[in-house]
Amino acid sequence: MRRINRRTQAVLWTALLALVLIAIYIIGATIPEEAYASSYLQAKLPPSWAHPFGTDSLGRDLLMRTLKGLSISMTVGLAASAISAVIAVLVGIAAATGAKWVDAVINWVIDLVMGVPHTILVILISFALGRGLKGLLIGIAATHWCSLARLIRGEVLQLRSQTYIAVSRKLGKRSGWILVHHLLPHLVPQFFVGLILTFPHAVLHEASISFLGFGLPPEQPAIGIILSESMQYLSTGLWWSAVFPGLLLVAIVLLVDRLGDQLRRIFDPASAQE
Amino acid sequence: MEKFWRRLGRPLLRYGVKIVALLLAVSIVAFLLVCLSPVDPVQQYILGLGSAISPEQRAEIEAYWGVNQPPVERYVHWLGQLLQGNWGESALYRRPVLDIIGERFVNSLALMLCAWVLSGVIGFVLGCLMGMYQGKWPDRLLKKIAYLISSIPTFWLGLVLLLVFAVWLHWFPTGLSAPIGVTQDQVTLGQRLHHLVLPALTLSFVSFANIALHTRQKLIDVLNSEYVLFARARGEGRWTVLRRHGLRNMLLPALTLQFASFAELFGGSVLAENVFSYPGLGSAAAAAGLNADVPLLLGITLFSALFVCVGNTIANLLYGVIDPQIREVAP
Amino acid sequence: MEQKQETLLEIHDLSVSFRMYDAGLEQKDLQVISDLHLRIRPGEIVAVAGSSGSGKSLLASAILGILPANATVRGHVHYRGKELTPEMQRELRGKEIALVPQSVAYLDPLMRVGKQVDGHRRPKPTEKRRSLFRRLELPERTETLYPFQLSGGMARRVLVSTALLTEASLVIADEPTPGMSLDQALEALRMFREMADAGKSVLLITHDIDLAFEFADRVAVFYAGTTVEIAPVEDFRTGPQALRHPYSQALWRALPQNGFTPIDGFQPYAGSLPRGCLFAPRCPYATDRCRAEIPPVREVRGGEVRCFHGA
Repeated sequence: MRRINRRTQAVLWTALLALVLIAIYIIGATIPEEAYASSYLQAKLPPSWAHPFGTDSLGRDLLMRTLKGLSISMTVGLAASAISAVIAVLVGIAAATGAKWVDAVINWVIDLVMGVPHTILVILISFALGRGLKGLLIGIAATHWCSLARLIRGEVLQLRSQTYIAVSRKLGKRSGWILVHHLLPHLVPQFFVGLILTFPHAVLHEASISFLGFGLPPEQPAIGIILSESMQYLSTGLWWSAVFPGLLLVAIVLLVDRLGDQLRRIFDPASAQE
Repeated sequence: MEKFWRRLGRPLLRYGVKIVALLLAVSIVAFLLVCLSPVDPVQQYILGLGSAISPEQRAEIEAYWGVNQPPVERYVHWLGQLLQGNWGESALYRRPVLDIIGERFVNSLALMLCAWVLSGVIGFVLGCLMGMYQGKWPDRLLKKIAYLISSIPTFWLGLVLLLVFAVWLHWFPTGLSAPIGVTQDQVTLGQRLHHLVLPALTLSFVSFANIALHTRQKLIDVLNSEYVLFARARGEGRWTVLRRHGLRNMLLPALTLQFASFAELFGGSVLAENVFSYPGLGSAAAAAGLNADVPLLLGITLFSALFVCVGNTIANLLYGVIDPQIREVAP
Repeated sequence: MEQKQETLLEIHDLSVSFRMYDAGLEQKDLQVISDLHLRIRPGEIVAVAGSSGSGKSLLASAILGILPANATVRGHVHYRGKELTPEMQRELRGKEIALVPQSVAYLDPLMRVGKQVDGHRRPKPTEKRRSLFRRLELPERTETLYPFQLSGGMARRVLVSTALLTEASLVIADEPTPGMSLDQALEALRMFREMADAGKSVLLITHDIDLAFEFADRVAVFYAGTTVEIAPVEDFRTGPQALRHPYSQALWRALPQNGFTPIDGFQPYAGSLPRGCLFAPRCPYATDRCRAEIPPVREVRGGEVRCFHGA
């Protein structure tokens, strides 16, 4: 067999992982509401061919509900990690290129965000904004930008010290020009890799917060809500309602995590070597 | 010894100032967020009572929250009360917030301490194994497991443990910190530990994969160092190298990492305590948020920030205490 | 010097290569030592000279069997007439064969000097080590210090003491002099001379060639991972006319006291070794034969040379 270049391998893996994720997302997003409507005749059914994940106490099909919930969780996770990646890039560039006091203030804000347990901070934010999607999104976005911001700050500082930037400056190019032509091309991959690496954390966080009851409203079949409901029926034998949705969630998080890892391999082969 | 304290004193003072500044900032942000919220703490408190209250009582609560005053003055007033030890009264539990925090922190501390030690020890041992077998199958297998574990949400792991060990096998109780119907002073240590096992196990899963991966990397660095090359040249075997040089050089970074992980630990305890209905600070935080118990929520936020600060400060000071290159001056 | 004297360590046709990954994540083998030969007798100092990248330091690791996991070794090493197997290397390390490392970086930064020099073997040789420290004029408190607290001269003596504490017959000193003042370097080399006079064999890996000339018995010249010439030290004192290999002659001329004449070109990189003689691309006497096949080792005038032309 012909040996495939490792880089090509990484690209193929990335494509495959992305494809699986997108497929799950589309399936989940296009499920009609009737597919997981409640039906008292079918309540508390164990897994079977008709209902692979079983049904819950209201007779809703758990596979359909879980897929729908995952697509919601993925949307929220993606939106939250995109927001936090944008914050990270802006803050990182500001810290690296701004005045000394800007850097100090940003560092201090990072210390502040890192200084309160994230779960507590998200509870507080969601309390302040009223429970629901808005509080959830802002809460998760506000707690996930710090490490990427530090990374980007370091990257920009390192780039700024390079000769070709100094040459551009000597040639009289404006800061804006340097930013667009020299800094952004290096930061775009960082942005995407950072976004993908934040994504699984955001999904996990969303599930946790919804589980605690601070996230999406209970009518939404978010994965955390499904699991929170299942907890009440654990002792009455509805084990499937806790096990399968959780397993699927773990699988998705794992897939996204591997996807981020492969992307990093492609963009930055040196860091992926061991 | 006196020299030792003098060396420690200066950084201690510096960190002290830093902690106070950080806590002030946390209090401002938390207060601001609470002000933003549509919930009125006074109304919430009265609502929670369920019965009418006297005008004097109402005036007292309004005075505490500084109703009808501009936000800055309200904050200053609230902070003043806070510093005098008046953290307000919980609308949910009808008791002073400080009492609740104190009582529940003891429970949480037991839980977090067990999980902290457990995850530290398991993570360190697994990390050592992975580092010793770097690139071979035990390392590859454990690395896959570590990635898998870091993808598992804490609360779901708690649910599964609860299902398997409490509901199916009946080895452990399904929740709380003591059997139902037993008063606080009658609970035995054995009963407490029995109730602690599953939540502590759940919580330890939050961080041990991370610790294992860090330890592995550190051990690989140590094994590739020049001093290990020389130790091997002198005839030390792999495990002797680990015992004589590996542990010595890995312990400090591992401990530092452990102390710096207090934020994750506390955050994880909120979820673990909720799954197991464990009466600690974490479940109180969730309850306070859900029931709009403003003073309790603020109190727990501040307390958790203090807790994290203490961990970070210990992590920073450890280097000065343990590392001889900082502790002892060159002759 | 007698020719029939017994041989302590004999190396022939030793090659070491590393498996590496390049930027495209492709595997590649880098040969860093090629068909190297060397012989050392009891009680003599053999200096191994060569520029950096000539594979000198790896030789020490190869003899001790402590090369990294991605290294492959081919060839033969005989110790006291027996093939040196990995099991035997494990047995001999730190007992029969001792290494004196370059600097304090080779000491565990978090272990006190005394405990570290004592080593891992039981019973601990603490008493013997104390008297050794006294002999080396190390102050008593040295044993309680950490490596970073040692001054340059103390560090040198501590490192040497690790070898003296053993009953080793072969001491390998890896670049023991760089970064030292002339006095310190002389003192260090005098210690090795004493060891050799006491019957031990010393393999002195160095690029301070002129210092080595003062203390060594024979000099092995390394180039690109192979031995190009082994000559009695007198030949180096005499001058290029006594030397056998064009590279040794060039090395001699490059010394400051001999005119500082540099050699053109570069030592070949381990990934792109020439097919024939490794020195051929830079050699003024190279012929087609030199470029096509690797010259064998020949005995010439009481020395050895790997060259078709050397005489």
